[in-house]
Amino acid sequence: MVNDRVLLQMSNISKMFPGVKALSNVDFDLRAGEIHALMGENGAGKSTLIKVITGVDKPELGEITLEGNIIHPASPRDAQKLGISTVFQEVNLCPNLSVAENISIGHETIRYGFINSSDAKAKAKQLLKQLDVDIDVTRTLADYSVSIQQMVAIARALNIDKTKVLILDEPTSSLDAYEVRKLFDVMLKLKKNGIGIIFITHFIDQVYEVADRITVLRQGKLIGTYETNTLPRLKLVYSMIGKELENLDSLSKMKGELTKRTEVEPFMQVKALGSKGSIQPFDLEINKGEVLGFGGLLGSGRSEAAHLIFGVDIPDSGTLTVNKKEYRHLSPLKSILNGIGLCPEDRKTEGIISDLTVRENIVIALQVGQGWFQYIPMKKQYEIADKFIQSLNINTPSPDQLIKNLSGGNQQKVILARWLATHVKFLILDEPTRGIDIGTKAEIQKMVISLAEEGKAIVFISSELDEVVRCSNRMMIMRDHQKVAELEGDKVNLEEVMQIIAGRSELEKA
Amino acid sequence: MKKLNSIIQKLGSNRLAWSMFALAAILLFNLIVYPEFFKITILDGHLYGSLVDIFRNGAPLMVLAIGMTLVVATGGVDLSVGPVIAVTGAVATSLIGLEYGSTNTPLFLAVALALGVAALCGFWNGILVSRIGIQPIVATLILYVAGRGVAQMITNGKIMRIFYEPYFVFGSGYFLSLPVSLYIVLLVYIVAWLFTRRTSFGLYVESIGINSEASRFTGINEKNVKLLAYTLCGLCAGIAGIIISSNVKSADGNNAGLWYELDAILSVALGGTSLSGGRFSFAGSIIGALIIQSLTTTIYSTGVPPQVIMLVKALVVFLVSLLQSENFRKMIGSLLNSRKGAIQ
Amino acid sequence: MRAASPLRLIRKYLSIIATILLFVLAFVAASLKYKGFGTLQVFFNMLIDNSFIIISAVGVTFVIISGNIDLSMGAMIAFTSMLAAALTENLHVNPLLTIAIVIAVGALIGTALGAIITFFKVPPFIATLAGMFMARGLCFLISIEAISINDPFFRAVSLYRIHLFGKAFISINVVIMLVVVLAAIYLAHFTRFGRTVYAIGGNEQSAMLMGLPVNRTKVLVYTLNGICSAVAGITYAFYMLSGYGLNANGFELDIISSVVIGGTPLSGGSGYLVGTVFGVLIQGIIQNVIAFNGTLNSWWTRIIVGLLTLMFIVMQRAFSAIKRKGSTSTFEMKSE
Repeated sequence: MVNDRVLLQMSNISKMFPGVKALSNVDFDLRAGEIHALMGENGAGKSTLIKVITGVDKPELGEITLEGNIIHPASPRDAQKLGISTVFQEVNLCPNLSVAENISIGHETIRYGFINSSDAKAKAKQLLKQLDVDIDVTRTLADYSVSIQQMVAIARALNIDKTKVLILDEPTSSLDAYEVRKLFDVMLKLKKNGIGIIFITHFIDQVYEVADRITVLRQGKLIGTYETNTLPRLKLVYSMIGKELENLDSLSKMKGELTKRTEVEPFMQVKALGSKGSIQPFDLEINKGEVLGFGGLLGSGRSEAAHLIFGVDIPDSGTLTVNKKEYRHLSPLKSILNGIGLCPEDRKTEGIISDLTVRENIVIALQVGQGWFQYIPMKKQYEIADKFIQSLNINTPSPDQLIKNLSGGNQQKVILARWLATHVKFLILDEPTRGIDIGTKAEIQKMVISLAEEGKAIVFISSELDEVVRCSNRMMIMRDHQKVAELEGDKVNLEEVMQIIAGRSELEKA
Repeated sequence: MKKLNSIIQKLGSNRLAWSMFALAAILLFNLIVYPEFFKITILDGHLYGSLVDIFRNGAPLMVLAIGMTLVVATGGVDLSVGPVIAVTGAVATSLIGLEYGSTNTPLFLAVALALGVAALCGFWNGILVSRIGIQPIVATLILYVAGRGVAQMITNGKIMRIFYEPYFVFGSGYFLSLPVSLYIVLLVYIVAWLFTRRTSFGLYVESIGINSEASRFTGINEKNVKLLAYTLCGLCAGIAGIIISSNVKSADGNNAGLWYELDAILSVALGGTSLSGGRFSFAGSIIGALIIQSLTTTIYSTGVPPQVIMLVKALVVFLVSLLQSENFRKMIGSLLNSRKGAIQ
Repeated sequence: MRAASPLRLIRKYLSIIATILLFVLAFVAASLKYKGFGTLQVFFNMLIDNSFIIISAVGVTFVIISGNIDLSMGAMIAFTSMLAAALTENLHVNPLLTIAIVIAVGALIGTALGAIITFFKVPPFIATLAGMFMARGLCFLISIEAISINDPFFRAVSLYRIHLFGKAFISINVVIMLVVVLAAIYLAHFTRFGRTVYAIGGNEQSAMLMGLPVNRTKVLVYTLNGICSAVAGITYAFYMLSGYGLNANGFELDIISSVVIGGTPLSGGSGYLVGTVFGVLIQGIIQNVIAFNGTLNSWWTRIIVGLLTLMFIVMQRAFSAIKRKGSTSTFEMKSE
C-alpha cells in the first residue's frame, strides 16, 4: 500500500553535457511502497536522471536524500551499498558468465575461502522461479534469448537483500505479455514490502496498469508529477510530446502550398523491406518534393526503417527501387551514388567526425562519392564549406574549426551541409532537431520544407510529434517495430496521429 | 599558476610543437655539453659528424615511422615491422647471392622483389585485420612470431654477407655530399604526403581513426582503407629493411630490425599522432624518429652504457602517454588549481 | 539441478579440449617417430625447461581474460632474475630475503602499470611496452655483464632433483610452477576477484553498472601479473643460475601466443589456466621434436608457433561467430 513516507528525494538536479543541458532543475521524489513511472520521449532526461541516482553521472547542481540523509553516490557500486538497485536499459550483464554467476556476482557467499557455487545456483533458481523462469542456470547467459537475459537482469536486482529503491529502466521492452505479467506480480509484491520502485517504460498501458504516480520529463525539464488515476492517457501523451508556441505561422502556410502540389513523382519504391528482430516488412513510396514523416514512440522502429533504406543495416527481405533499378539492399556508398543521404539520429557517434574540421566534415560525403583519386582541390573545398556556412547560417569562427567545438545545433547544420553538398535528391533526417535550441530548431524545420519545395524527397523523423505533423505532407506511423498506418493530407494532424499511437492499448483491451 | 596550467593543457593539445621542443632540448643539451657534436667535417667530399650520423642511422626508423603512422592513424598498430625488415633483407640478399662483386639477379629486380615481399607481408596483416576482423595487436603478432622464422629459413639460419658493391649504395652511399639514405627518406616522405594529401586516402584514414561508425555512415570503405594502410606499412618496413641490410652489408634473420617495431610506435607517438588513431602527421613522426636517434647518439657520447637508453625511452613513453591522457591533464590541472586556492 | 548435456560441455570446453588433444597427439606422434621421445623424463624435462614460462603465462592469462594485454613479461623476467643475482652476489643479501624483495618489487611495478592503465586510461599495450623498456633498462643499469649466481642456497635449489615414478625426476621449479598454477586456479574460479576478472573481460561497462569493483580489480590483475613475473624471474634464476639483461628476449610474444594456443581468446572474458599450461607445453614439444630430429632447424619453431597461433585465433573467431548467430536466432524465435 502506498504510504506517504518519502524514501528518495531529488531536488533541483541539473546536469550539463557539452552543448546540452540534459537536466535542468528537476525535482523528483519516490515514496516507500510506490511504483513511480518516469515518462518522456527520447532525450527527455530519464536516463540521465537514473544515471545521477545510481552514481554513473555526477550532477552539477542539486541534492539527493535517501531516507532523509544526503547521499552522493559515486558509482553504481556505491548506490548498491546504499540500497539502490538498478536494472539498466538494455541488458547490462556479462554474456560470458553463467546465469547463476550473473545473478550472484558481487554478493556470493564465501565458505572456507571458496565461493559457494551451489548456494549461488540455488539462489538463482529460486529468484528466477519468482519470475516463473525455469532455465538451466549453469549455462552461459549468451545462450539465452534477450527476454530471458532481461529476466536474469531483474532477478539480479532482486538478489540484493537490503534494497530500498529499485530502478527498472525499460525492463519490458523485450518481454512478451506473459513475462510482463510475471514481472508486475513481483513488482506489486515488492511494493507491499515497502520498496520504492522507479519504473521507466514507453508502453503507456503498462504504466496505467501498475504505476501509482507518473512523472513526465521533456527536454531535461520537469513537466509535472501526477497521480495516475487523475491523468487521462491522451493528456499524458500530449505532455510527453509537448507543444511549442513558436512563431511558425509561416511554416504551416508553406506546408499548405506544398500539399497543394498534385502531380507526385516517385523517387524510390520500398517493397516488403524488413529485418528480423528489428522491423517487420513494410512497403513505402517516397516521392520527390514531399516531406514524409515517420511517427511513433521511442523504440517503435523509426530509425531502424531509416537505416534499412539507407543501407547502413542490411535488410533480410524486400527490395528497393530507385532510379529504375531494383536493389536487394543499398550501402552508404550506393546510396550516395544514387543521391540519397542520411542525417543519423545519434549525432555524436554516427554523425560528426569530431576531430575533423567543419570543412572536412562538410566535404567528406561528396569526396566519398567522387572516389579515392578525384581529390577535391583545397580551394574548391573552402568554396563549398563557405557556401554552406553562409547559406545554412552555421555559426563557426572559420571553416577550419574542429567540429567538436561547435554547439549541437551547428553540428547538425554541418551534417545537413554534408549531404546537401552531395546534391542529394532524397534526404533522410533522423531527429535533426534533438538537443537543439528553439531558434535553430525552427530554422531547420523551415529548411526541411524549403528543400522539399526544391523538389527533393525528404523523410523526417522526430520524437516531437507536433514537429513532424507540422512539417509533413504524408506520415508513416510505426508501433512495436511495424508500420501500422499511413496518413495523408488532412489526416496528418496531431489528434489523429496520437490516437493511432496511443490506440494500441484500446485495441488490445477490446 | 594559471598560466602554467594552460601551458600544460596546450602542450597536450599541440603535440607537434611539443616534439619540436623536445628535439631542440636534446640538441641544446649537446651544444652545451659536447660542442663537437655539431662539428661537421668534409672527407672525400662527404659530410661527416654526429648530426649527419643521426640522419644516416635514423633513416630506416624515419621510413618505418612513416608507414607506422598510417596504421596507427586508422586506430591500429603493426607489431611485425621488425621481422618484415629481417625478411626483406634476407630476400634481397639471397637474390643477390654470395659471389664477390657480382649478382645473381639484376639489382633493380632484387630490390623490387624484396619490396614486393614486404608489401605482401603488410597485405597479409591488412587481410587479417580488415577482412577476418582480428584485433591489430593480435593479427600482427602472428607475423611477428613467424616472420623471424621465415627470415632465418631464407638465410638458412646464418648471417648472410653481401659482397656486391652496388647494393651498398642504399645504406652507405653518398650523393652530393649527403648520405643516399637521406634522399630515400625524403622521397618516401614526399610520395607518402602526396598519396595521402592529394588523394582522399588521408582524409579517410583520419576519419576512420576518429570515428569509424560515423565514417561508415558517410560511405567510406573502411576495409579497403585499412588494407591499404597495412600494405603501405609493410612496404615502408621493406624499404627500411633494404637500407639496413645495405648498411651492414649482410642479412641477419635473428637480429635485423630488432626492437624497431617499438621505436617506430614511439616515433609516431612522439610525433603527435594519437595512439588511439585519428589526425596524423608524417613530419611529426619523422621528428619523433629524430628524437629517438639523437637521444641514442647523445647517450653514446655521454659514456653511459648504451643499453640504458631503454630506460630513457621508457620514461619518454610514460611522459608522452600521460600527457596524452585527459585524466592526467585534468588531475594536474586540479592540483595546480587547488594549490593556487591554498596560496590565496 | 538438471544435468548438463555432454555435448554442451564439449562445446564449452572445445578450445581447451582441442589444445590438450593437440598436445597428446603431438606427443604420441613424436614418440612413435623418435626413439626415446616417449618417456616420462622427456615430459618432465618439458616441465623443467618451461616452468618459468608457465608461471609468467599464468599472470598474463589473468590480464588477457580481463580484456587487457601485457608486453613486459620477458623483460620483467630478465630484470627480476638480474635483481635476484645482484642482491645475492653483489650485496650478499640473504637468499630468502632476496626472494621476498624481488617479489615485492614485481608487485610494485605491476601495480604501478595497472594504475597508469586504469586511472589515466593509457592504452595497456603502450603502458606495458614502456614497462618492457624500463625493465630492460633497469637490467643494464644493474650491470651490463651477466652476473652468475654462486649463492649456495640458489645452487642447491637449482640442482635438487625430486624423483618420481622410479628414475624420472623433476626440479623444484616444477613444484613452484604447480603451486602457482593451483593457486591461480583457486583465484580464478573460487574467489570474487576471479569472477570479477571474467566479468570485466566479458563487458567492462556492464561490470561497472552491476556494481563490481572494476578499477580495483583491473589494478590488482596487473599486481598479480607483476608477482607472477617476479616468481618466474626467481625460477629463471634457479634455472640459469645467472642474470643477464638480454635474457628472455622476445618471450613476451611467445608467452602471449602460448596463452592463445591454450584457448584463451585475446578479446577477453574466457579462458582456462590449464589451457595456458598446455599452450606452453605445445611450444615445448615443438622445440623437443626439433632437438630430437637434428636435421630440422630451430626457426621452424617460430614458423609453426606462428601458424598455430593463427589457427587458434581463426578458430576462436569462427566459434564466436557461430555463437552470435545462435543467440540471435533464439531472439528471433522469441520475437516472432
